[in-house]
Amino acid sequence: MKVTIDGQTIEVEPGTTILQAARMIGGESVPPTMCYYSKLKGSGGKCRACLVEVSKGSDANPTPMPKLMASCVTGVMDGMEVNSIKSDRVTEARKSVTEFLLINHPLDCPVCDQAGECDLQNLSFKHGKSQTRYIEEKRTFEPEDIGPNIQLHMNRCILCYRCVMVADQLTDNRVHGVMDRGDHSNISTCISKAIDNEFSGNMIDVCPVGALTDKTFRFKSRVWFNKPFNAHRNCDKCCGKTTVWMFGNEIQRVTGRKDEFHEVEEFICNECRFDHKNVEDWVIEGPRKFEKDSVINQNNYTRKLDTVVIETESGILKGREQDRRKISMSAVPLTKEEEQEFKEGNI
Amino acid sequence: MSKKILLEKASIPGIKTYEVYRQNGGYASVEKALKSMTPDEVVEEVKTSGLRGRGGAGFPTGMKWSFIDKKSGKPRHLVCNADESEPGTFKDRFLMEYIPHLLIEGMITSSYALEANLSYIYIRGEYMWVYKILERAIKEAYAAGWLGKNILGTGYNLDLYVHCGGGAYICGEETALIESLEGKRGNPRIKPPFPAVSGLWANPTVVNNVESIAAVPWIVNNMGAEYAKIGIGRSTGTKLISASGHIKNPGVYEIELGLSVDEFMNSDEYLGGMIDDRPLKAFVPGGSSVPVLPANLIYKTANGEDRLMSYESLSDGGFATGSMLGSGGFIVYNDTACIVRNTWNFSRFYHHESCGQCSPCREGTGWLEKVLHRIENGHGREEDIDLLWSIQSKIEGNTICPLGDAAAWPVAAAIRHFRDEFEYHVRFPEKIKNRDHFVNEPFEKVRHLVGKQTV
Repeated sequence: MKVTIDGQTIEVEPGTTILQAARMIGGESVPPTMCYYSKLKGSGGKCRACLVEVSKGSDANPTPMPKLMASCVTGVMDGMEVNSIKSDRVTEARKSVTEFLLINHPLDCPVCDQAGECDLQNLSFKHGKSQTRYIEEKRTFEPEDIGPNIQLHMNRCILCYRCVMVADQLTDNRVHGVMDRGDHSNISTCISKAIDNEFSGNMIDVCPVGALTDKTFRFKSRVWFNKPFNAHRNCDKCCGKTTVWMFGNEIQRVTGRKDEFHEVEEFICNECRFDHKNVEDWVIEGPRKFEKDSVINQNNYTRKLDTVVIETESGILKGREQDRRKISMSAVPLTKEEEQEFKEGNI
Repeated sequence: MSKKILLEKASIPGIKTYEVYRQNGGYASVEKALKSMTPDEVVEEVKTSGLRGRGGAGFPTGMKWSFIDKKSGKPRHLVCNADESEPGTFKDRFLMEYIPHLLIEGMITSSYALEANLSYIYIRGEYMWVYKILERAIKEAYAAGWLGKNILGTGYNLDLYVHCGGGAYICGEETALIESLEGKRGNPRIKPPFPAVSGLWANPTVVNNVESIAAVPWIVNNMGAEYAKIGIGRSTGTKLISASGHIKNPGVYEIELGLSVDEFMNSDEYLGGMIDDRPLKAFVPGGSSVPVLPANLIYKTANGEDRLMSYESLSDGGFATGSMLGSGGFIVYNDTACIVRNTWNFSRFYHHESCGQCSPCREGTGWLEKVLHRIENGHGREEDIDLLWSIQSKIEGNTICPLGDAAAWPVAAAIRHFRDEFEYHVRFPEKIKNRDHFVNEPFEKVRHLVGKQTV
């Protein structure tokens, strides 16, 4: 099947979604995803960040689709033509989705452990505005303790349902889910139960924002001060292949290995994630690659670092030459101190 | 008197009971369909009748039935959508409460047409007493042999259940209804696949409104072509209208589609005009989701034709000067009503009822409500009106299910037609602090103030 996305044609298998086809092409045309996760069945369609315009349905039925389609759940048809970043309608829709996701988001990135590897941050850098039109009070939730390893910040949640799907598809006996509805729907355990399951830690990895973070890593470091290394250990519960995030010789955090779309390659167990923070526990394979534009790259010591120079106006404290004149009663001469002040500025 | 199809027998005493209903010609359509017609013939009749879905969208029922996947060999289901929660709409309740057997007869005939052996009526939780009426009627139908195994000795089996919802507006959306019926959280599904291919328990399913199903017995008894003669153009048959607001005779009326709005509003047979001498200000023709229309567009369309009660005429002019027939929730306002307050009230409803699955609707409906609440309470800013317009345009069309559209349309229409009233609220906050601010000082009296104000 042939599909054209932003003018680039690619041959794909039947049953591929537009998003998967766009990811095969790569580059700017890949729609952002907040809720879709290729490893989780039934995910996608909810955040509406990946909306694209289908300008030609297929070769058989070339009429364009009237509405923007969620690319993660729309299958491709032979001869389909899709506009992603090329279309103004699409960029406009992405801007509005970004705005909607941010109005009730606390924007506490400075104290959020996810900052630096947050999909919502990326989305708002790309499609957001620095101003807000929302002057109402933000919606908040009561804090809830969901166990010793995972920290839940419901205020930051964007309701992607990924963690619910992880619990459904990876573990047995799901104890958390979505409660309430509308903008008060929240991720919660049924009657404040602790989430205690061998694979529950993967909720942290799939969370696109800082709603679910690692309690063992909490406030330890910003992610860009850590260096990611690929590592593995023999684990009888999972594949044991992880990324360890190191500060000096200390392993501060263990996560799954995430690809360029921030999806883990393989899910890992809680023992690997939370209980093995000694370097001796791991066989370190080597540095993990990360995106060039990632904030993690800020810590890249291999590139030359220049001293930051802030350029200011030369006479910013003295004032301009033409202003340093006596303009009223010019006949009366200045006192000595005043003359000094005019010359050097009132510093 | 115009033609009555659904409510023809509603006034017969005791029609709720099986005996009276049967004596008055009830269940004739089941006999006729099961004994002398094939399922496809029934579908064909409904197609010929031009019956359009009465739940709001107006999609032709026969066409919907013909989409159902009969080839896969999977069991098929018919689900009746009795989750009638649209503000301003109460026709299905009336129908189910007064002639429950009509719905059950329709369910049997329609299930036969779809070759479904397991059918459901999904009723909203607030209609508990109607639920009990339906349960009793179903028991009577089972006892009389209209439901169960081998109906009328034809070998056709059908089980019919009433399922009571938990009281969520979103469960009136067909895929959310199916999820809810399966025992899950009532979140709309992403389409495709459509229910006709994969619906209840991944089986082909048709979801129809109560009124659509209740029209089927008459169509089968009198043939589709006869039904198509009633009404006007592509709006065939009769429609129940639930009228409320500032009118003399609120209630449920059965009208022939094509009746003029003027006659419906002012004739004594129907609404009997306004409740008192206060003039008409606006009306909502099809339940809270559809755009509100100002007085000058009610009786005449934008190009001067009479506005009729039909799918086409009410939507004449698109959303710029028209509205929709929707579910037939006819709400009339006189000049004491405040459009801003009314819009806020609708928005509050959608905010409360949004399922919270997709971002534009989850966040947008709450935002709309908060901004409207501010304007209504005298804390509005001039830019809020444009902000509202912008928010609604960003919700519309970008959501999974039509609830987002339904939340956006009333706000858009209110700003489109009553912008000066919003401006009045923003510029004269002192005047609108009182909840009944338009009772003593209707907007027509103060409209000039808005015009003079320079910002």
